[in-house]
Amino acid sequence: MFLINCPYCGEREQVEFSCGGEAHIERPKNPSDLTDDQWADYLFMRKNIKGVQFERWNHINGCRRWFNVARNTATDEILKVYNIGESAPSISGNNPTTPSGEPVIGSGNLSSSFEKK
Amino acid sequence: MSKKISFTFDGKKYFGKENHSLAEALLDNGIFLLGRSFKYHRPRGLISAGSEEANAIVQLETGNITQPNVRATEITLYEGLKAKSQNHWPTLNLDIGSINDFLSRFFPAGFYYKTFMWPPKFWEKYEYFIRRAAGLGESPTEDDPDKYEHFHYHCDVLIVGGGISGLYAAELAAKANLKVLVLEQYPKLGGEINNQGKVSANKFRESDQNIIYQNIFSKLEKFDNVKIVTSTTVFAYMHNNYLLASQKTNNTKIREIIWKIRTKKVVLATGSIERPLTFHNNDRPGIMLSHSARKYANKGIDLGKNIIVFTNNDYAYEAAIDFKLINNENKVTVIDIRNNSKGDLIKEAKSIGIKILFNHIVTNTRGRKRINSIFVHKIDNETNKIIDNYGKISCDILCVSGGWSPTVHLFTQSRGKLIFRESDATFIPNESFQNEISVGACNGTYALEEILEEIDNKMSNLLSSFKIDIKNNNHPSLNKIKKIFYDKMKHLWIIPSNINFKKTKMFVDFQNDVTAKDIQLALKEGYRSIEHVKRYTTTGMATDQGKTSNINALGIISKLTDTPIHKLGTTTFRLPYTPVTFGALAGRHVKEFFDVERTTPMHQWHLDNNAKFEDVGQWKRAWYYPINNENMHQAVNREVKATRKGIGILDASTLGKIDIKGRDANEFLNRVYTNSWSKLGIGKCRYGLMLGDDGMVIDDGVTSRLGENHYVMTTTTGNAASVMSKLEDWLQTEWPELKVFLTSVTEQFATISINGPFATNLMQKLCVNFDFSYENFPHMSFKNIEIGGVNCRVMRISFTGEKCYEINIPSSYAQSLWSKCFEIGKDFNITPYGTEAMHVLRAEKGFVIVGQETDGSVTPVDLDMSWIVSKKKYDFIGKRALYRSDTVREDRKQLVGILTKDPNIVLEEGAQLVEEVSKPPMKMIGHITSSYHSPNLGRSIALALVKEGLKKKGKTIYAPMPTKTIEVEICDPVFIDPLNERLSA
Repeated sequence: MFLINCPYCGEREQVEFSCGGEAHIERPKNPSDLTDDQWADYLFMRKNIKGVQFERWNHINGCRRWFNVARNTATDEILKVYNIGESAPSISGNNPTTPSGEPVIGSGNLSSSFEKK
Repeated sequence: MSKKISFTFDGKKYFGKENHSLAEALLDNGIFLLGRSFKYHRPRGLISAGSEEANAIVQLETGNITQPNVRATEITLYEGLKAKSQNHWPTLNLDIGSINDFLSRFFPAGFYYKTFMWPPKFWEKYEYFIRRAAGLGESPTEDDPDKYEHFHYHCDVLIVGGGISGLYAAELAAKANLKVLVLEQYPKLGGEINNQGKVSANKFRESDQNIIYQNIFSKLEKFDNVKIVTSTTVFAYMHNNYLLASQKTNNTKIREIIWKIRTKKVVLATGSIERPLTFHNNDRPGIMLSHSARKYANKGIDLGKNIIVFTNNDYAYEAAIDFKLINNENKVTVIDIRNNSKGDLIKEAKSIGIKILFNHIVTNTRGRKRINSIFVHKIDNETNKIIDNYGKISCDILCVSGGWSPTVHLFTQSRGKLIFRESDATFIPNESFQNEISVGACNGTYALEEILEEIDNKMSNLLSSFKIDIKNNNHPSLNKIKKIFYDKMKHLWIIPSNINFKKTKMFVDFQNDVTAKDIQLALKEGYRSIEHVKRYTTTGMATDQGKTSNINALGIISKLTDTPIHKLGTTTFRLPYTPVTFGALAGRHVKEFFDVERTTPMHQWHLDNNAKFEDVGQWKRAWYYPINNENMHQAVNREVKATRKGIGILDASTLGKIDIKGRDANEFLNRVYTNSWSKLGIGKCRYGLMLGDDGMVIDDGVTSRLGENHYVMTTTTGNAASVMSKLEDWLQTEWPELKVFLTSVTEQFATISINGPFATNLMQKLCVNFDFSYENFPHMSFKNIEIGGVNCRVMRISFTGEKCYEINIPSSYAQSLWSKCFEIGKDFNITPYGTEAMHVLRAEKGFVIVGQETDGSVTPVDLDMSWIVSKKKYDFIGKRALYRSDTVREDRKQLVGILTKDPNIVLEEGAQLVEEVSKPPMKMIGHITSSYHSPNLGRSIALALVKEGLKKKGKTIYAPMPTKTIEVEICDPVFIDPLNERLSA
């Protein structure tokens, strides 16, 4: 259970929050001009990144405010918390090599992370 | 002389000493055979003295407090303790299942996978026997009468382990005025100190250890910012320094406490676990890890006079020396794999008359229920091949030592990275992922002087992050510590055998009965990844989670595949470190505390009037009110009839109520509902359907306009919270330009719904001065009315099809108004009705319930409610999706009414509908969503979603049930008053 630094309340337990999925998906302003495929893309298509993902979180059992979070899904490190409406920050480091790699440190899957002394 | 405590083991009464563990008490009574092994039912005894115990797991207590798979080493003896050995039939001494041992060559790794595969149909038969054979102890079948607590704790520094390392680190943190918590898994602090006895007190490093320990401990006692808790095992290390621990209390009222700890820093001082050696028949009762045996002996337990120590390292000599010092008459022989050792302890051992056989190994053991002799061979130091037969030695106990494995479980749970240290073949912490340090034996540091120095360095680093400078932090009397030289160890992962390897029983995982030969077989069959070998052989997968076996299994794979261990990696150390009971995890969240219960202000009245309750989300809603032994059917029929003939009164307080205010409130409603809100006048109400952006119905309800920029929205009971969240989401993230403010007022207002032809009469009596004429207060309108001096919001809306007033009254006045209604309504046969009658009444009228008629795949068009979908609005949530190719399909399932040909048959909700009855599988065209007996129609009615149902009205279709096929007709879903005459009559 990780901690999230709510921009309005400060650091709180994960159980106080709910995740609203991928961030930066704007509802189209002109739905009727879109094709079925374009609309389906907005409705259903979501990224599922192993590594840094931008997500919407809501402090549902607190101030009920929404905000964005940059989270490394392979390690659950929260790299940045930023406001709704702000553009995604550029963040790198400790990113697993995809498709099946592991991050340098912080993954629950240990088998590839041994060295000799 | 300590107090005598009586306990029973396998039904026989024994006496033990105070502060002894169950394991110690059993050994003290000369009981070495404590259980049978899992697969081969081999006799087993204690292998250790701690939480790593693999063999001595018992069924503790009986009846409703019984607990399976408890490690005898972790239970402190108490008066009247009852324990039972596990995994045998009929008795521990005579176990029929031990035939498996003699048949063991028929039970190789993967036996069950291989044998019970074919033919597939037989699996159900096999399963019965396999399930019977599997499992160790028995789970309790009765309710647990004990209580369990959860305890939240925040601190600056959490120290895991109350040995010298942990306590010294605690002292340093305490001096820095930090809030420190020390958790120790055993009842007694001191760790390694507790393995030592009085006899060895003046020898070697123990003297220094003891002095230092006393020194630290006496200082620690003076700090009130340090909390030390014993008998508490930290079993999980999760994100952001969140750790869980389970405390076994001595309190009979509360059996266990789960500590939930969030801490700024963690100091892991979890020590290390001794490794067994892998040789033929290494699992007999009386074969123990050397330091565990040493602990027992130092506690005054008689393990016998003839003691063998089989080792590959110097540390086992600490045990050997103690055995000799405890009683000089003890015959102690050390069999050392190495060709020599220059260690200080070896010199000491020789000087006190301990016999040492270098270059020798134990190749076999004898003694079925307790070891009585061993076979020894000489090996060549270079090739490690057997070159000579030393012969048989009789013994009372065999102590083994394969070196130490740092307890890195919590470190790896914290997702830190390990490094493989070749010199003693151990994995030690290397790189931290979280705010944590590992010190002492769990960091692979064993010599006291090195430990103290390590803690000094690491702690000053750790404390500096608190902006605390601790200089002059010299550890106590380091100069007095006598350095002891320990020589190198030698690793033979498989001890050579004089018999064919295929015939050996060299146990690696004692609890799951996995042998070296099983691992070899898995490798032969092509398993390479350590994770696959683990799962195939089940090594490390028992309740002890491979504390003693994982490293040996790795070593064996490394040897057999000629791959360095660090390239193999290791399996993941999963939580929990030791098993945790379900009771502890559940804590107080059982029975009435399992979930939050929400009740309405009129709840007491419902209770007093014999209401039966239904759970709707967290709400307790009155379901029906039986009178004089009525059954549910009779009560509901009576309530439904009374509502259509006189007055029915419903507690509708659970409906979600959202107060909407702001400049753009009207625009907001236009965006979230399908219909148009622009022209709704002040004091008017309108029904709305809410969709998701996928076009599917997610909620419905009536919204009233209270003022120019003020509305109150009602939502379904179950969706109140999610609708509120979704609306907030749109406002905050998509439409920040809208000035709209939402407030949940669900609990601020109670709702009394008064229904029926005489509803107006009752209202008129409640508020004599108000004009209730249809002209003044028509259907779908709203009034602020003072009732009994309390301002109420009254809506004339209807969910039953009857004339209806919904009075929203501030919650604290609700119970009194509710009672008042009954007083006044007597003349009209006022009848309380519950949610079941509410369902029947609305179904008679063909009103849908979101969540019953809809399931997230139903559009307004499917519900035949196109009339509520605005064609003029440019956009609203869900609009675009209503024109997707899938949502405009004509053969979608549509809402219809269903009448059975036989009016007495009430269909089952969820029943599938077919057009043609054939042999299964039949082509289903829909299903029943609601079905009731309608007392007003005197027959059954149902609602259903049927493919192209709207076109099929009047058609006969079928509901095939297991025993019969029911003929039904598709009809209009409105069964009563289709012209809405009752609303205004």
